[in-house]
Amino acid sequence: MKIHEYQGKDLLRAEGVPVPLSHVAFTAEEAKDAAAKLIDETGSEIVVVKAQIHAGGRGKGRFKEYPELGGVKVVKGATAAKDVATKMLGSTLVTIQTGPEGKKVQRVLVEQGMDIKQELYLGITLDRATGRNTVMASTEGGMEIEEVAAHTPEKILKEAIDPAVGLAGFQARKLAYGLGLEGKVARKAAAFLGKLAGAYERLDCSLLEINPLVITGSGDVLALDAKANFDDNALHRHPHIEALRDPGEEDAAELEAKKHDLSYVNLDGNIGCMVNGAGLAMATMDIIKHFGAEPANFLDVGGGATVERVTAAFKIITSDPRLEGILVNIFGGIMKCDTIAQGVIAAVKEVGLTVPLVVRLEGTNVAQGKKLLEESGLNLTTGSSLRDAASKIVELVNK
Amino acid sequence: MSVLVDKNTRLIVQGITGKVGMFHAQKSLEYGTQVVGGVTPGKGGDKVLDLPVFDTVAEAIEKTGANATVIFVPPPFAADAIMEAAAAGVPLIVTITEGIPVADMIRAKRFIQDKPVRLLGPNCPGVITPDQCRIGIMPGYIHKPGKVGVISRSGTLTYEAVHQLTTLGLGQTTAIGIGGDPVNGTNFVDCLQLFNEDPDTEGIVMIGEIGGSAEEEGAAFIKEHVKKPVVGFIAGRTAPPGKRMGHAGAIISGGKGTAEAKLEALRDAGVHIAETPSDLGSTMAAALNKAAS
Repeated sequence: MKIHEYQGKDLLRAEGVPVPLSHVAFTAEEAKDAAAKLIDETGSEIVVVKAQIHAGGRGKGRFKEYPELGGVKVVKGATAAKDVATKMLGSTLVTIQTGPEGKKVQRVLVEQGMDIKQELYLGITLDRATGRNTVMASTEGGMEIEEVAAHTPEKILKEAIDPAVGLAGFQARKLAYGLGLEGKVARKAAAFLGKLAGAYERLDCSLLEINPLVITGSGDVLALDAKANFDDNALHRHPHIEALRDPGEEDAAELEAKKHDLSYVNLDGNIGCMVNGAGLAMATMDIIKHFGAEPANFLDVGGGATVERVTAAFKIITSDPRLEGILVNIFGGIMKCDTIAQGVIAAVKEVGLTVPLVVRLEGTNVAQGKKLLEESGLNLTTGSSLRDAASKIVELVNK
Repeated sequence: MSVLVDKNTRLIVQGITGKVGMFHAQKSLEYGTQVVGGVTPGKGGDKVLDLPVFDTVAEAIEKTGANATVIFVPPPFAADAIMEAAAAGVPLIVTITEGIPVADMIRAKRFIQDKPVRLLGPNCPGVITPDQCRIGIMPGYIHKPGKVGVISRSGTLTYEAVHQLTTLGLGQTTAIGIGGDPVNGTNFVDCLQLFNEDPDTEGIVMIGEIGGSAEEEGAAFIKEHVKKPVVGFIAGRTAPPGKRMGHAGAIISGGKGTAEAKLEALRDAGVHIAETPSDLGSTMAAALNKAAS
């Protein structure tokens, strides 16, 4: 699960990680008040207005409606902050990560201006090869870390966190000194790292990225940006994080699927897929592409799906306006083929069927499943294998 | 011959009193597996499927002489169940549970690292040696004793491969699910090594998917050590980056873990690539024919 920068900073602040003073605003008027409050708190007229969307590259991004305006704007005074917020709120920001359609900005963060002396990179995530959470640090702050990793991997320092110990003090110091920091600043950076690693583990993060981490003219160390992702499997023990979910940032069909315990990802193609098992679902997408068409979604109905869940899945697939065909591919193990057949029949009765449907059933209760489909009178084509079924649906859609 | 499990395997079921645990304990019994007991804290002394239920794994091992356990415990308690099994010294721990928090698995993996135990999974279909021992959730009837070892990160894709191998008359020595989670116990390399050393395994099917680098590590091992024909398939060529595709571990992040990189590594190691999952069996048949000629 992803959250906004301002939410991430709130969580970090509560964990004792130093972040700049800032206030979130949902309207231009709130942005003006937030700026006035900051000016009062800091004695400085300089404030930064930052568009809040779930995508990186905001600073270099541009608004569709205001091509000269980026997603992060430094201004002087509360009225100027209000003017920028007026433009940003309700407008569409396009960044390297949003795709050309961009994302609508619904909230802005108004933050104190900082006297930045140096920008660094810090990130914590799981290193799957070692099975340990690992801290990465680099002097290349503000850059895309993937770029740094690809071109100058020696500039990324790494320390693995022993789950029984946490990030040890010496590891944090090693990173701070490795970044070329000295004296009091190095001590502050090491303390920052210790707090950050603690927050990562306590909050069940899957990614915690501070890019940039800044050193100010007076030697303070603060998180100028904060990107936090969370382990979906652990959200049950963090209801206060689950509450931060912004439905406006999530795909409506994916949210609907989640309600029915379905694993669904919306894609750009025109052939909808319903499959049991994540691996088989991916392979089904791949084989559609192999035959020259594009999958409209990833959908795993899971092993223990009921008729109701299969019906819900079918309805979600058919709600996609780009849909031109459907491929149902089931290898019944736990999942019984007759359950799938009943679900498909029930769904078609309820929502109708306007596009070609190819069904491939194999495994447990396959004969009963096939019989149900035959007797239903539904206009569908059967496939004898995954290859056969995929080539048939692509052919029907391209006709 | 086979690897990991055979007719001498004595299995206990952690979570045997739950619906799923009981259902699959029954299926394993019907398959001919020696299921000798179960564990559910607080239910010690009960009987399920005519099997004794114990409060702790240690007691179950002591009373039944089991040498393998399968875990159907719900996600919040599953990592604890793994550690309990490891502490009791169960040599083979098969974890079916899907949805265990990553932090819990990191701790469990650390806990078992110096113990003489092997963990399969979590989030896997289990392991089966046809006609001898079924541990997990796979449909038993599609399997047939034979000469191909199967290793997979995905459940249903394993069934695809197994079904084709059975239909073609090649059969399986053992089929192993290693699971779809980002932190797991046993990886491709460990299983490749087992099958490479098993005299009855003539060929190996390896099914991977996007995310992580376990396939690349497997490819490096194959290049260095494996002379038997290996058939490979990677799911997720069309998966968009940054999106979790069902399995917690199936995600391309930071440009890493793409299907193309994995396929490249496998090809470089001389692995025969199945272009689609429907070609897994026929590709293995062709590779075995070529190796025999």
